[in-house]
Amino acid sequence: MSGESCGLFEYGHRACGGCAAALAARTILDAAGKDTIVVSSTGCMEVFSTPYPETAWKVPWIHSLFENNSAVASGIVASLKKQGRKEKVIALGGDGATFDIGMLCISGAFERGHDFVYICYDNEAYMNTGIQRSGATPYDASTTTSPAGKCSSGNRRPKKDLPMILAAHGAPYVATASVAYLPDLKKKVEKALATEGPCYLQVHAPCCTGWGFEGEKTIAIGKLAIETGLWVNYEMEDGKVTRVKKVVRKPVETYLKEQRRFRHLFKPARNDAEIAKVQAVADRNAERFGIDIKLKK
Amino acid sequence: MMEFMEGSHAVAHAVKYCRPEVIAAYPITPQTHIVEALADMVANCQLDAEYMTVESEFSALSACLGASAAGSRVYSATTSQGLALMFEVCFNCAGMRFPVVMSIVNRAMGAPLSIWNDQQDSISLRDSGWLQFYAEDNQEAADLHYLAYKVAEDKNVLLPAFVCFDGFILSHTYEPVDMLTQEQVDNYLPRYSPVQRLDSENPLSFGLFASPDYYMEFRYQIDQAMKGAAKNIASAGSEFGEMFGRDYGDMIESYRLEDADCALVAMGSICGTVKDAIDEMRKDGKKVGLMRLRTFRPFPGKEVRSALSNVSRVAILDKNISLGAKGAVALEVKDALYGTQVPVLDYIIALGGRDVRKKDIRAVVEMAEKGKGDLFYGLRQELLA
Repeated sequence: MSGESCGLFEYGHRACGGCAAALAARTILDAAGKDTIVVSSTGCMEVFSTPYPETAWKVPWIHSLFENNSAVASGIVASLKKQGRKEKVIALGGDGATFDIGMLCISGAFERGHDFVYICYDNEAYMNTGIQRSGATPYDASTTTSPAGKCSSGNRRPKKDLPMILAAHGAPYVATASVAYLPDLKKKVEKALATEGPCYLQVHAPCCTGWGFEGEKTIAIGKLAIETGLWVNYEMEDGKVTRVKKVVRKPVETYLKEQRRFRHLFKPARNDAEIAKVQAVADRNAERFGIDIKLKK
Repeated sequence: MMEFMEGSHAVAHAVKYCRPEVIAAYPITPQTHIVEALADMVANCQLDAEYMTVESEFSALSACLGASAAGSRVYSATTSQGLALMFEVCFNCAGMRFPVVMSIVNRAMGAPLSIWNDQQDSISLRDSGWLQFYAEDNQEAADLHYLAYKVAEDKNVLLPAFVCFDGFILSHTYEPVDMLTQEQVDNYLPRYSPVQRLDSENPLSFGLFASPDYYMEFRYQIDQAMKGAAKNIASAGSEFGEMFGRDYGDMIESYRLEDADCALVAMGSICGTVKDAIDEMRKDGKKVGLMRLRTFRPFPGKEVRSALSNVSRVAILDKNISLGAKGAVALEVKDALYGTQVPVLDYIIALGGRDVRKKDIRAVVEMAEKGKGDLFYGLRQELLA
């Protein structure tokens, strides 16, 4: 980068090399354009993009607290409506802000039906505070508060199904996406913004620091998540799944063995029983969404 | 025009005349009559506002923060537990300099659960950077909203404001109130024009994080703005007096204080009872007066010192308790009187809605004369045995 601008999310921020969240932010703003107000929750993205007196945001941007971005966004939407202004509003939060601490505010804002888009960059743990487990952390992932140890194989619970929860609120458009497929992410942001009412987008954002892989592998890891069926890219319109990315599935261990957070499944000894449980998560996803491409014999 | 109104309805009408563009609130006793009245006005096209029925007080104030950032005049109302749930957003509103105005219908804090009046709720937010006004009667409860918006939105202040009035004692009580007209309020309170707002034509970032190299200066500026608000209160309060005959330029009210031996100090509706008790005691030859605080933040330290430095003793009626220390008003008044020889005695009184009668005020004065104080007044000893 030789001093040339890279769009509405400017370079020079302090994200880790290979940060998927930064890539997501840039892509989201590429899709949304300049007439967009962004409401960030406290978290990695807020911290690395706005150390006073600097900001990476070239659209109007506000951060209030950890858990209230959707409530703040709903107030902004109400104000814009009253003023007759046409800017779009995006609330942006990590998975901790979205799945856990901000859940009440999101539920309220969706139930009230405000016209805004909530985008979660899902890196599957509290990364800003040092890789603690969240409601989005997958089964068996080792985090600093769900560490693998002699009598634990890491996180004991599966990921909370937030897209389904928000679809059940009557959200007209709910979708999942991944930084591994940026044109798809961009299209989904555009579609969400063009849809009236509260829409939800959940973007898989592999975190090299938190998951334990080299920064240049972010995209490859994101692809493996989809190719193994541990992450499914899909769209829901009016509560029904309308589009799903299909794959020729690989075994989950091709994804797991690339990451430090799953290392305990392979070292000091291979834990076949636990790997099978993770495989079962992928199998259930495959069945539920019908992602398997059947190869002709 | 003089009308016989419930306190909550007087406040709701005053709020309507302030032309808030966005209202977000969550129902909680004894605040409900205000927000119900406002909802009714919106439903009947008497008030052109976005009325948000949010899922919690936390979201109510968060939504107000967002709407204020987008450039609207906003309003909310709450009390007690609701205010406690807003704690985090309160500090945030002040730190981000959004001039939100909120009615606090004062109520005790649980546990034990109590829906009844004291002032522990708003007092507990004294360090949050909100202006705090306390009304004695329904007239003031209504009028202080006009003043609050005018002061809060001044570009030299830009801080949020509580208008506090006692739950049930004022909120659910009918009194004659001289309501202004929309035209009168429009002449006093200009339309809100934000200094900065979220706007794609001029994209700004709000709410950045500050490293230790920057944080203290932000806090200093908030403190300066709060202290400087005293000037705005004086000018906006006097202007109100010139226009409508009720002068709120002074942050304190002195009642029969000139020659008083014993000065009572209090805030809110209790002051009506105190004034009646003082009149009776005066008839009996007791030189008693009252200093009423109408503004608690910014704290009018100089005015308090000048009002009280010539009395023989000060008796504070605190409807709150900083557990492990004293009542918050006593702590502030003691600080204001530091270096004088005036003894200050504190009486924690009327917590959780316990009634205060004129004879209780007399009893406090008698205790103060004997130098007995710094206690909870009126405890039922049989319950403590």
